[in-house]
Amino acid sequence: MTTPDTTIPFTQPDSFSFDAESNAAIETIVKRYPAGKQASAVIPLLYVVQRQMKRQTGSAWVPNKGMDAVAERLGMAPIRVYEVATFYFMFNMKPIGKYHLQVCGTTPCWLRGSDEVTRACKDAGHVAGFGQTSADGMFTMTEVECLGGCVNAPILCVDDDYYEDMDYESTVKLIEALRRGEQPAPGSVIGRQTSAPVGGPLTLTDVPGE
Amino acid sequence: MAKVTVDGIEVEVPSGVSVLQACEAAGREIPRFCYHERLSVAGNCRMCLVEVEKAPKPIASCAYPVADGMKVFTDSPMVRNGRRGVMEFLLINHPLDCPICDQGGECDLQDQAVSYGLDHSRYKEEKRAVKDKYMGPLVKTIMTRCIQCTRCVRFATEVAGVPELGATNRGENMEIGTYVEKALTTELSGNLIDICPVGALTSRPYAFVSRPWELRKTDSIDVLDATGTNIRVDTRSGEVLRILPRTNDDVNEEWMADRGRFSFDGLKRRRLDRPWVKVDGKLKPATWAEAFGAIAAKFKGIPGERIGAVAGELADAEAMVVLRDLLEALGSRNLECRTDGAALDASRRDFYTFNTGIAGIEEADALLIIGCNPRTESPVINARICKRVAGGGVPVGFVGPRGLDLTYRHDWLGEGGVTLRALADGTHRFNEVLRGAERPMLILGRDALTRADGAAVLAAAWQVAAQNNMLQADWHGFNMLHHFGGQVAALDLGFVPPAGGAAIAPQIQALWLLGAEVDPAAIPAGAFVVYQGHHGEAAAARADVILPGAAYTEKDATWVNTEGRVQRGRLAVYPPGEAREDWKIIRAASEVLGKRLPYDSLDAVRTRLAAVNPAFGGEGFAPHGCADLAGPAGDATAVTDAAFAPVAGNYWQADVISRASPTMAECAKVYAAPAAALAAE
Repeated sequence: MTTPDTTIPFTQPDSFSFDAESNAAIETIVKRYPAGKQASAVIPLLYVVQRQMKRQTGSAWVPNKGMDAVAERLGMAPIRVYEVATFYFMFNMKPIGKYHLQVCGTTPCWLRGSDEVTRACKDAGHVAGFGQTSADGMFTMTEVECLGGCVNAPILCVDDDYYEDMDYESTVKLIEALRRGEQPAPGSVIGRQTSAPVGGPLTLTDVPGE
Repeated sequence: MAKVTVDGIEVEVPSGVSVLQACEAAGREIPRFCYHERLSVAGNCRMCLVEVEKAPKPIASCAYPVADGMKVFTDSPMVRNGRRGVMEFLLINHPLDCPICDQGGECDLQDQAVSYGLDHSRYKEEKRAVKDKYMGPLVKTIMTRCIQCTRCVRFATEVAGVPELGATNRGENMEIGTYVEKALTTELSGNLIDICPVGALTSRPYAFVSRPWELRKTDSIDVLDATGTNIRVDTRSGEVLRILPRTNDDVNEEWMADRGRFSFDGLKRRRLDRPWVKVDGKLKPATWAEAFGAIAAKFKGIPGERIGAVAGELADAEAMVVLRDLLEALGSRNLECRTDGAALDASRRDFYTFNTGIAGIEEADALLIIGCNPRTESPVINARICKRVAGGGVPVGFVGPRGLDLTYRHDWLGEGGVTLRALADGTHRFNEVLRGAERPMLILGRDALTRADGAAVLAAAWQVAAQNNMLQADWHGFNMLHHFGGQVAALDLGFVPPAGGAAIAPQIQALWLLGAEVDPAAIPAGAFVVYQGHHGEAAAARADVILPGAAYTEKDATWVNTEGRVQRGRLAVYPPGEAREDWKIIRAASEVLGKRLPYDSLDAVRTRLAAVNPAFGGEGFAPHGCADLAGPAGDATAVTDAAFAPVAGNYWQADVISRASPTMAECAKVYAAPAAALAAE
């Protein structure tokens, strides 16, 4: 499944044009690639579309017209952009909820209790299951493959932010905070310093001269 | 060169070719689905696995370059097992619907499953199903049968030049399609059917019509555009069921345009299948004897110089030469073949042919297109240009309507006369490009010569060729692009009036129309008109006598394509009803008119053809240079400022046969208003 099955009824917008913020971002991105190889910027530009949709409509997704706009900007055939966008599940081809709850279900997170995180998302976010959106349109939950944060497993990735060392209670707290419109600080919820051991560093504690 | 040993057979192949090509050079057959000689290599079906000595695993031979001293095995246990495994995977999601599949009997998957596959399946899980896609009125899709070889994706992008097909989603969910539903905007969509190795893309008009082993196959030539596409006409019980292209690398490679491929259902509709004679202002069915009697009675009192003959765009060379001889016997030279009014100069063959040759496009390093849309006038030649542009970055200059999608990158130079004059003067910026090229060529559209200043356009175009290094001793870069298969032969046979003469003029009292769609208003009011042809439109309604002729699939005939290539079409089915081969009709009429022509067999007519123009002495096309730079008659400076108008009418209904075709009518509807048709789908 590359796109969450959404219960939100939707129509494709009739038009899409990049706003000032997107245009500024595109300028920086396209510059990274040598002349004639602009098509390499297709993935970052699809993110630009998705973020702009989030800003403008509150739902991070990529409409067809948005892909056409990317194709036009990069001088590609639209179908080549559709192929890339539908290949990667990070691009939502349909509208999703306001917050995208991405639960990592790969082995380390699973062993450390990702099932509990999923259950908390269902309970607190009122989401029926993976790929579903809550009735109030606040949350869409998907299961994702390894997020690369196994040391602080389990991970719940909300839009672009990682919340680490999650359990049932902390997930419920996080979701309720999001519902209230707060922006909890990302990172470990048990106060762990980056990926250092729980409770504080165990090595290099006696640096000479300190 | 690299020496490669394939199953003990030593072959020498150029370095850089693939192992698959080396195996073919050694005469070993390698099964394949995704690999196609005329497309880029994808390497995703894995069917072409072979074993290479010292390689730990089987390799995909289509994507693996040869190395000197390589030892390849195509029939080892490892290869056999590999192929069986690949075939088993390919068949996992392939439905077992061969009995209702139109590809059955000519299916690569079917054939290779029998030859290389396992005798049973071990798969017990659920199969996937894929929603069918809409790709236009010609291609039927059953996407569950798709094995995702991506040949169609590569064909659309590389050959047709319309990157509209793609593989969306991934893994189990991967689907081939346009994503946003629409008809493919190409005039070459029928080739998708040929290129699909399974039954995913099949012909919509041919759906459930026939099995390949029931068909009688006749090699022939397509005349519905001037490409001269080599075709195979498949028939059953006297009915054309489908038309497929044949491979001819010099002409159409293995592609074919949609109008030629799908308009044959027009051969069964609105046909003239019996003679008609006008009695008291109304056409009445008649017998051949009555029709000839009416002609003989009318022609008797008319002096030769008041008789005219016009050959249509689909007339065959045999009929035209016999008609020419008949008119000559009657004392007339009032011949005409340029029904569209194109100011063609028939005095020298290279003034009106595609001298570079179609294959010659691949040698060109600069191209100028004047007043012509090759995409609709000859989609197959356009595909060749597209291939050249994609392969070599050849600059293409275009003089004509702005914003035309030719399927390749081109430099729009201007709309018409102003630009052409500048090019002829050598003052246009594109002249620099042409002068810097070693093999520059230009393509002049026939439509550009139908303007009032047509002769001047022709002269100016020749001047562009002459002054920009296009006319060399071993390279002739001046090219005319005609529209139909009968047009060049008519010019070759001098089917044009002498200076001062005209076939359609007020003094003409009798007019013989050989499939010529002449505007009835242009025919003198009192003139006696004989219409000989297979489909009757306005000109036939004006006729006093109608003689039913044969269409291109119904006669052994000689055709000359836009290059000047002489090719023979063969009779695939007999003409319907009382219709007859055209040269025989004229031969019979000559007897009634008291001017009996000495042709009793096709060979006799063909001998006569060769006598009139030696080009008809053999088949084929001889590449030639240009020795004489003298241009056609016409004042190059007299080109007016007028823009080259876009080609009138639509691609799908350009001739009498396609206008009678329901399939083409649907295409015209879909492509004229794609949004409305999609909504109805």
